[in-house]
Amino acid sequence: MKYYRAHVLICSGSNCAIKGCRSVKQACEQEIIRHGLQGEVQVVDTGCLGLCDQGPALVVYPEGVMYGRLTPSDVLEIVSEHLLKGRLVHRLMQQPTGPAGEVSPLSMTPFFQKQKRVVLKNCGLIDPERIEDYVRAGGYTALATALDVMTPESVIAEITQSGLRGRGGAGFPTGRKWEYTRVAAGQQKYVICNADEGEPGTFKDRLILEGDPHLIVEGMALAGYAIGATRGIVYIRGEYELSIHRMEQAIRQARENGLLGEGILSSAFSFDLEVCAGAGAYVCGEETALIESIEGNRGEPRFKPPYPVEKGLWGQPTSVNNVETLANVPSIIEQGALWYRSLGTPSSPGTKVFTLTGNIVNSGLIEVPMGITLREVIYEIGGGIPEGKQFKMAQTGGTSGGCLAAAHLDIPMDYDSLQSHGSSLGSGALLIMDDTHCIVDLTRCFLKFFVHESCGQCTPCREGAPALYHLLGKVSAGAGGHADIQLINRLSRTMQSSSLCALGQTAPVPVLSALQHFWPEIEAHLNGRCPANKCVMGKAAGKIAN
Amino acid sequence: MAERQANFSHRQMILPFVDQPGGLLKALHALQNASLDHFLAPSDLKLVAEVFGVPEAKVWGTVTFYSLYSTSPRGRHIIRVCESAPCYVVGAMDILKSLGAMLNVQPGETTSDGRFTLEVASCLGVCGVAPALMVNMDVHGNLTRDKLAAILAEYA
Repeated sequence: MKYYRAHVLICSGSNCAIKGCRSVKQACEQEIIRHGLQGEVQVVDTGCLGLCDQGPALVVYPEGVMYGRLTPSDVLEIVSEHLLKGRLVHRLMQQPTGPAGEVSPLSMTPFFQKQKRVVLKNCGLIDPERIEDYVRAGGYTALATALDVMTPESVIAEITQSGLRGRGGAGFPTGRKWEYTRVAAGQQKYVICNADEGEPGTFKDRLILEGDPHLIVEGMALAGYAIGATRGIVYIRGEYELSIHRMEQAIRQARENGLLGEGILSSAFSFDLEVCAGAGAYVCGEETALIESIEGNRGEPRFKPPYPVEKGLWGQPTSVNNVETLANVPSIIEQGALWYRSLGTPSSPGTKVFTLTGNIVNSGLIEVPMGITLREVIYEIGGGIPEGKQFKMAQTGGTSGGCLAAAHLDIPMDYDSLQSHGSSLGSGALLIMDDTHCIVDLTRCFLKFFVHESCGQCTPCREGAPALYHLLGKVSAGAGGHADIQLINRLSRTMQSSSLCALGQTAPVPVLSALQHFWPEIEAHLNGRCPANKCVMGKAAGKIAN
Repeated sequence: MAERQANFSHRQMILPFVDQPGGLLKALHALQNASLDHFLAPSDLKLVAEVFGVPEAKVWGTVTFYSLYSTSPRGRHIIRVCESAPCYVVGAMDILKSLGAMLNVQPGETTSDGRFTLEVASCLGVCGVAPALMVNMDVHGNLTRDKLAAILAEYA
């Protein structure tokens, strides 16, 4: 094996790729060759570092110095100064230096210090296109251990004891889902990885698949072993080209190395995977709609029960798990349920991956222990609100989540605490909005999404979402009255209680939380005034509302 | 004659998917990818129904359910502007308006030279660099009005 004195890790995730990480990498490689350093310095593609707004970014090891917002010409300076002469390029550095000019390690910067990386442990550190890198980082140890010394029942017991709950939004206990699938009667059982990520503000699954695809292969193989499935499907949304590519490549590599296929690692366990690409429908993130889509149909949710654990894909017992849920599994098997429970809170153990978006300094991807407060996330990790503006509200859990006000900054972020405040942990999207925004205008924007994405199968959702959107338009135009607010309330309750699937049940959540937490601002609209001065009121606006 | 040849090659293209479980969507993907106008023509849908042995209504129902399929011809390049909340709060509507003005089209329309179709889309999953849009399969992020002309110039 060849040793290098320095490594340059370049983030090749989608968010960085957009900003030109290809040309940065090319410039870096050319410059290294020009200086004759190719035998000493290795350039590696990695997954997302999390600081998406500072891309394209690279980290030089062993020092652990991160350079960001790079252009190809910046790279010439990094190679000739840092890699050739050992001098740091301060103007491009993304972390502070100490009094003697020493670099504080990346892990000690405010952005990383509060993070705890379990799911993202390899993201930004290994080359996701090389199975060797994953194995060297301890990958496939959990699978080998399970096949060697654990029964399927004991794998399920470990996951149950860990308290792992589904990370796609609903928070259902993973161990119990696996147990139900295991005991259900069926010829051929399936594991499905739900990577149809469509919740606005969420891009964690994409970056996990891009940054560490073998982690998902291993997590799914463990799930297959536990529930007695020999086949698995990764359903990835059609727009995620790089995720699809990396996942297909990881599956091929795993097969070539005997980690998928017949008799895995010389055991009696056989399991194989395939990728299925979506065709653009948010509702397919709902597990029964996703199954319909895999079967080649319109992605319309099924009536439940029976649940997929009993009658899922092709009528067989099926466990549908989110990408992030599966990504937790190998670490739990390797380090044990007790270790996992030492992270997070008693009712929500472990970590959660969040995506920070909106009016925030550090937009990007983070992983923190459950129970951290919104204030810590926004002001310590996220760097606060840009341009000296004030925090107005945060929407947790994506567009189907609730809006929280400044008074809620100190509630712990876990499944139960957020739910008790009319919001949800959901998919981990965190949309931060400053005080220039108007609650009515934003709520209309959220509703527009559901108007577009409702599948149209059940009446409360199909008719309710446009009706709510229309009523909010009326309020926004200054033409709304208290009777409209009553109707909004009643319609919302009807949708929550009678829609067929979670899409229609959660669509009113942002509306209800807005009414609950931002009533004075909404009331001002009823009196013909938009405090944030966003809504266009009067005659011209009446037209827009229609 | 040309039509019959196209029909023949389309049939060859989708035959491998017939025996695959859930192969219908894959066949539709393949046909649309092969279409120069990025759409599924009525003749395509008829063919799929015949080859898969399902009612034509089922094929239409499936195609019109998903946003990545189109049943009307589109431009050489398809621009999809995200209008979901994370992009909205950082100015997606300005971007959409500017693009509409530059291309002289409304969302859903194609430019008269057939070069671009402008569409609005739900979240594209790159909110870390919002506001964002996709041209075909390329994502462009951190958009400002000034960047739009250069992005359009990349697509002839």
